[in-house]
Amino acid sequence: MNAVAMTPPRAGKARSTRWIADGAFMTFVCALMAFLYLPIAVLIVFSFNDSRTLTWPLSGFTLDWYVKLFSNTALLEALGNSLYVASCATVLTLMVGIPAAIALDRHQFPGKAVFRRLLLLPIALPGIVTGISMLNMFRIFGFGLSLETVILGHATALLAVVVTQIFARLQRVPKSYGEASSDLGANGLQTFWYVTLPNIKTAIIGAGLLSFVLSFDEIPVTFFLTGRDNTLPMYIYSTMRRGITPEINAIGTLIVLASALLILASVLVLRDRSQRS
Amino acid sequence: MGLHDENLRPGARVSAVPVSKIMAEAEPVIQLKGISKHYGSVVGVDHVDLSVRNGEFLTLLGPSGCGKSTLLRMIGGFETPTGGTVHLAGEDITGLPPQRRDVNMMFQDYALFPHMSVGQNIAYGLLMKGIRGTAAQDRVREALRLVGLEDKIDQRPHQLSGGQRQRIALARAIVREPKVLLLDEPLSALDAKLREQMQVELKHMQERLGITFIMVTHDQSEALVMSDRIVVMQAGNIAQDGTPEDLYERPASPYVANFIGTTNFLSAKLLSQEGTLAVVEVAGQKITISNAPVHLTGNTLQIGVRPEKARIVADGSAPGDNLLRGRVKENIYLGLGLRTVTELADGSLISTDTMLPRGIASHKHARPGDEVVISLEPHNIFLFEAGS
Ligand SMILES: Nc1ncnc2c1ncn2[C@@H]1O[C@H](COP(=O)(O)OP(=O)(O)OP(=O)(O)O)[C@@H](O)[C@H]1O
Ligand SMILES: [Mg+2]
Repeated sequence: MNAVAMTPPRAGKARSTRWIADGAFMTFVCALMAFLYLPIAVLIVFSFNDSRTLTWPLSGFTLDWYVKLFSNTALLEALGNSLYVASCATVLTLMVGIPAAIALDRHQFPGKAVFRRLLLLPIALPGIVTGISMLNMFRIFGFGLSLETVILGHATALLAVVVTQIFARLQRVPKSYGEASSDLGANGLQTFWYVTLPNIKTAIIGAGLLSFVLSFDEIPVTFFLTGRDNTLPMYIYSTMRRGITPEINAIGTLIVLASALLILASVLVLRDRSQRS
Repeated sequence: MGLHDENLRPGARVSAVPVSKIMAEAEPVIQLKGISKHYGSVVGVDHVDLSVRNGEFLTLLGPSGCGKSTLLRMIGGFETPTGGTVHLAGEDITGLPPQRRDVNMMFQDYALFPHMSVGQNIAYGLLMKGIRGTAAQDRVREALRLVGLEDKIDQRPHQLSGGQRQRIALARAIVREPKVLLLDEPLSALDAKLREQMQVELKHMQERLGITFIMVTHDQSEALVMSDRIVVMQAGNIAQDGTPEDLYERPASPYVANFIGTTNFLSAKLLSQEGTLAVVEVAGQKITISNAPVHLTGNTLQIGVRPEKARIVADGSAPGDNLLRGRVKENIYLGLGLRTVTELADGSLISTDTMLPRGIASHKHARPGDEVVISLEPHNIFLFEAGS
């Protein structure tokens, strides 16, 4: 009591203002979280609900939709296609993007500024433009459309993402590391392997994950470039015309689970970084 | 003082040993011939000739932007010269990349690899030479023992203090036993106290190893403490090249006199000259200089006097030669000594330093406002052309 009495009135006022501010901030954070995650929660909950219609209240628990899912060959095939496309597009875009980022960061060459702009331009280009223009190109060169043309399209669209991410990291790696490495007798390849790569490893993993996810749910480019094969988002989109089914909620839940596992894995892989610097 | 006149010109080479004798003794380990580096219209280094003797501790000294780092980096192979050649032990290495040069560099930020342990960092240069296993381990330990950090072998660089990192960087650079070690401002990341300690330590290390060190610094006192020879640079050129004593006691230009130590500059008028003996007028007084440059062209000159070589004598009435009269403006306490700033008849200021061996309390010194006489010794005055 005594202590409260001795607190100057100003301090008391400041404290209550602060309390209101904190309260407002927490409310905002909760609202934001709800906005972000409530739809996902609804998705997960309804994937276990034993009613065909998506209406409240829940009627009962079931795993039927998951069983159905695993017997739906068209859906499984689309999932397999998506995994194939996303993996290949990620590997391809990294294989081109890493050297490009290094070239941008370490080397001076004529036309570098133009090269850089051209590399980064697709990030601002709608997928629809990439899709149509690549479709034209494949037609001209007489390519049949297939999952492989989709891979090429995704890799092209994602290149800017990968280059931006890795270039940003390279800019933070002191130039002296590479110089010290060659000073100590390493050639360009050795320096890349022993010094540059370990220092941009986390950015590569990050860019890889991002590319994978972006490619996995990409629709516009895929729409133009795929042949008879469907990827998962295309399949879902086409079945959606018949309304959202609990089956789709089930596949959505599985994707959420897979993403969570991927995030966990990347956190584990990147953990030793926090010990540094 | 057996001084040659060309020693007093900017760009002149001053050396304790005649050049011909050095050539006879040993081939220079590094020889730069007309080396230049231009970045478009910006001049980094301009046509520098320099040879470095084997086992020498050479320092490139100069203010920011004078081209020290660029010169060092051309020796290391990190910059391609736009002109001239670099020879290492008689072999032209101008076109070789860093990994094919038998020199190593200690970087200003140390450039220790953060993802490797101390031991792996040091072993890196050996691994690239194809030395691995116990042979490499032994050499890593030996290098760590030299820098006194054997117990840090398994730590990561970020777990070390600045001073320890500096030593690990040194260990990593010397483990390959290069012919020349290049050091770009090696101590600039350390605090003042540690820097002084490491100056001496680095110097001793160089003597023990017998490796040629070429160091870059902009700290003149560091250069004086550590070097066998100092090359003072000015806007991409060599302003003067000599031993620390040469540069301190016989600076070739006001630039060097100003950069190394403290110098009072006073304008002077030539009255007469006979060989190296010149008489000039400074603030209305006649001053004799015993080691003047022989070929003075104009008669508007500049004299330079070190504050510790000028002396305040008795009071204002003492007769004699080489005296400047003035009134004390202020006293500055330096700890080691006392700096008295005196205003001369023509309004120019001159500082004089007095040591305080028994402390300031028991020292009798002139107070501000006192009339004083400052005595200069004829051989302790630098004489420069005004424009130089
Ligand atoms: N890559 C570059 N492009 C353009 N100009 C450069 C480049 N590197 C250096 N210079 C210029 O060359 C000159 C010499 O630079 P240098 O780095 O050798 O100076 P320094 O004596 O080492 O200075 P500091 O003490 O600041 O390190 C400077 O005028 C600098 O602006
Ligand atoms: Mg520099």
